[in-house]
Amino acid sequence: MQLARVLGEVVSTVKDANLSGMKLLVVQPLLASGEPVGRTLVALDSVGAGVGENVFFVRGREAAFPFYPGEPPTDATIIGIVDHWNT
Amino acid sequence: MLICLVVGNLVATQKNRKLEGAKLMLVQPLDLDDQPVGATFLAIDSVGAGIGEKVLVVIEGKAAGQALGRKAAAVDAAIVGVIDAVELVAGI
Repeated sequence: MQLARVLGEVVSTVKDANLSGMKLLVVQPLLASGEPVGRTLVALDSVGAGVGENVFFVRGREAAFPFYPGEPPTDATIIGIVDHWNT
Repeated sequence: MLICLVVGNLVATQKNRKLEGAKLMLVQPLDLDDQPVGATFLAIDSVGAGIGEKVLVVIEGKAAGQALGRKAAAVDAAIVGVIDAVELVAGI
């Protein structure tokens, strides 16, 4: 799991049927210092995250688990909104 | 998922049986300024994307196999959506 900031939203009309109704958010992974690190990516949202919030997301096959028994084709899903963190 | 540009398609007569009938596209990952970043790669297309379109590409084996509608298919990337717009909020 990784820390990230939500930068924006992706709009897509023609998409896999298992993605209908899902929110697609552009996220920028963050270091523990809050600095951006690495490439931005698009993640599904499972917690009602919004633009500008700090979140954490999971990668890989497990990214579909929050939607069980649904099986959306995803490799990254936001699974929490961060209130604050300490280092 | 990555935001990618479809830059080509690919034809292969001889291929793994699980890939028969699959549409293979060449995609180029983009950054948020639409500049190419990293190497192009191949992805299965399940939504009818065309060359020149911006698409969402999932890079995970099980999800890609699902998009293809086959279990245990030897694929690791699939186009799962055509992007209408990326709405970014400035100053975040």
